[in-house]
Amino acid sequence: MRPIPRWADLVLVPLVSLLLAAVCATLVILAIGQNPMEALETMVAGALGSAYGWGYTLYYATSFIFTGLAVTMAFHAGLFNIGGEGQAQLGGLGIALMLLFVPFPHWSIALLAATVAAAVFGAIWGAIPGWLQAKRGSHVVITTIMFNYIAYALIVWILVDVLRPAGQAEPATARFAVGIPALSDVPGLSSIFTQAVPVNISLFMALIACVAVWALLWRTPLGYEIRAFGKSEPAARYAGIRPVRTVMIAMALSGALAGMMSINNVMGDSGRLLQNSSEGAGFIGIAVALMGRNHPFGVVLSALLFGFLYQGGAEIGLWTSIPIDLRVVVQGLVILFTGALDHMVRQMLSVLFSRRKVA
Amino acid sequence: MAGPVSSAPAIELRGISKRFGTVQANRDICVTVPRGTIHGIIGENGAGKSTLMSILYGFYRADEGEILIGGRETHIPDSQAAIRAGIGMVFQHFKLVQNFTVLENIVLGAEDGPRLSTSLSKARRILIDLSRDYGLEVDPDALIEDLSVGHQQRVEILKALYRQAEILILDEPTGVLTPPEADHLFRILRGLRDQGKTVILITHKLREIMAITDNVSVMRRGEMVGTVATANTTPADLAERMVGRKVLLRVDKAPATPGETILEIRDLRMTEDGIERLKGINLTLRRGEIMGLAGVAGNGQSELLAILGGIARGTGSIRMKGRELDLTGREDGQDRRAQGIAHVPEDRQHLGVIMDFAAWENVAFGYHHDAAYRRGVFSDNAALRADTNAKMERFDVRPPNPDLAIKHFSGGNQQKIIVAREMERVPDLLLIGQPTRGVDIGAIEFIHKQIVALRDRGAAVLLVSVELDEVMSLSDRVAVMFDGHIMGTRDAATTNERELGLMMAGVTETA
Repeated sequence: MRPIPRWADLVLVPLVSLLLAAVCATLVILAIGQNPMEALETMVAGALGSAYGWGYTLYYATSFIFTGLAVTMAFHAGLFNIGGEGQAQLGGLGIALMLLFVPFPHWSIALLAATVAAAVFGAIWGAIPGWLQAKRGSHVVITTIMFNYIAYALIVWILVDVLRPAGQAEPATARFAVGIPALSDVPGLSSIFTQAVPVNISLFMALIACVAVWALLWRTPLGYEIRAFGKSEPAARYAGIRPVRTVMIAMALSGALAGMMSINNVMGDSGRLLQNSSEGAGFIGIAVALMGRNHPFGVVLSALLFGFLYQGGAEIGLWTSIPIDLRVVVQGLVILFTGALDHMVRQMLSVLFSRRKVA
Repeated sequence: MAGPVSSAPAIELRGISKRFGTVQANRDICVTVPRGTIHGIIGENGAGKSTLMSILYGFYRADEGEILIGGRETHIPDSQAAIRAGIGMVFQHFKLVQNFTVLENIVLGAEDGPRLSTSLSKARRILIDLSRDYGLEVDPDALIEDLSVGHQQRVEILKALYRQAEILILDEPTGVLTPPEADHLFRILRGLRDQGKTVILITHKLREIMAITDNVSVMRRGEMVGTVATANTTPADLAERMVGRKVLLRVDKAPATPGETILEIRDLRMTEDGIERLKGINLTLRRGEIMGLAGVAGNGQSELLAILGGIARGTGSIRMKGRELDLTGREDGQDRRAQGIAHVPEDRQHLGVIMDFAAWENVAFGYHHDAAYRRGVFSDNAALRADTNAKMERFDVRPPNPDLAIKHFSGGNQQKIIVAREMERVPDLLLIGQPTRGVDIGAIEFIHKQIVALRDRGAAVLLVSVELDEVMSLSDRVAVMFDGHIMGTRDAATTNERELGLMMAGVTETA
């Protein structure tokens, strides 16, 4: 197959994939007897048309950036981390323990401590499958999926039997004493976000994490070792890159990134730990990373897109007679075309480009 | 020697030109290959041989010129068209499905109809005929992964013949073969020629050209230097045409002046998958000498290099500069490098580089923690790029582009980058495996010179090569390995091919 120009590879391929997904979504909406234009208008207006909509879109995007970065980090070590969901929920547990049992004088110190707790809990939940693969040969794809279930069961037990305040029926912790500022509370930004929105300053942390992941992977010897190991384990051994150490570091970093996602929803939004706090963001991170071509900056762009789909899809369920399940359908189509069928689109474009050159 | 020449030549290329950006890969190539001959195409890496064959096989489209197959002008837009035109290609790296049988691989992509069983039984009949006609014996039901490299290559040839190829192109076919396997391949190719097939052999090994071809075309820097009948030329003449200057075909070196003992291996053993690969190796190396390890591939040379390089574990004792090396896996390749051991691995593409990484990233491979490539916690990529540029200039790497992925360099240039990386630090001990496998003549001469220069600066060199010529001409002492043992050590100046050959076969057990 002939290579296609770099700009087409980076811009055109995702755009064409999205267009195909949109066409299929239109057909689905037509098939259930609804108006696709109405759906599109509702999505755009709901996700982008107001400060409120933007607030939600960015709130979801923040979570997706963290989980997308988690998948990206593991990917470069040749590992497929499907455990973002469990690692995020464990991160939430770390935040809850820190905020419930340590009194903090100021939210900024609390944020720092909670971030460390979230990262450590997530890192441990990622490093154990890493260790199992490196030492015992159990594939991380299998173990991380199983660790999602273990995390879920663990959190339910802790919420029901350990951290639930006496007399509360709901399986959740007590409210935390401190939270973090939403963007509508930040001076200067309050003129943009005129009403209370869930997006909070963890958005900036996500962007910092993005630059940090990029710098780690492409500007440090550790990142060099991770990428070299991901490309060829025998060659890495030759170069003196230790497999067990590299796998565990990559999985721990990946888990830490997924864990830090909980700053956004657990500390930032709900203010307490709930059951299933991550709400599938760990899985969406896989699609985000795929569409972002496993590059930190690509992850930010695709996280914004998925934030839009998530918020816009919710609006469809709210304001039209189209069922909210359509959101899942649209997401599924985007994942199908940008991830699974990426190669198909690439091949089509490659044929077009070579034809044009000959002509 | 030339076979019967029928009316139209099998292939005629007229004025083929191909340009990649600023590089003129092929310029006005004209060549005629008569039917029923073996035609060699020889040239250094980057001379344009592969580009020319890729045009013939439909991977690239020529900017100018025309292709005549059997006298008829033929357009070859893709490899399917090439196959329809009767062209078959055997690549250097085989394209076989490892866990399919021979028969399944041969049918793959050439099935008739939806029922596999009819295709398979038809293929089985044809395969039996082909095997009988050309001496291409291979078990149709064997899995590819269980076959030796030589047999896998036969499967590739059978694949082409099954698709009714009249013209067979082989790209560096002996690069992966042992000498007996190569001899067998040549017998097969002669058989094919005698049955009227046309064979094009791309190689840079002069000996093969002399041994088997009827005519030979020499390429240099994208141009066809000339085509001659093999009987009317000599290796020295061909080498000069290829490189464009006189080439020394043997190594020019002063006698060794060995110094202190630097490496002492005592009773080194290694067991892998229940098989004892090394059975008590004893070997001593001194500064300023090149020790050649001769032997048929698979007799423990690779394992010895792997243990010395810190990749594999073993038992016994290795003392380097008087210090005991760890053999339990606690020390890795970076520890070995810190102790002054550099390692050019046998399997260059699989171990020595990361193929997807740029040249500059590969220059740091194994030395990526080096202070010279660091600025605080970050990598100093600018320094690394500058170092790569300088190395590329000193070692004449082409193209001199540090940002190009290493997989886009020719084998010889990949090897130059690895050799530059490992040698420029002036190690105390250089481990070098198959230094010139898949490397062109100009680069072989250069790499040999570098090895000798390193020796003369006081390093010890442990050279592993399956090319006996190379071991004998480059080494000061030769140790022969057979079945995990060192059969004996000889002075390279006084031994001969016969003596070493017998030891390689495990015949004479003398110490």
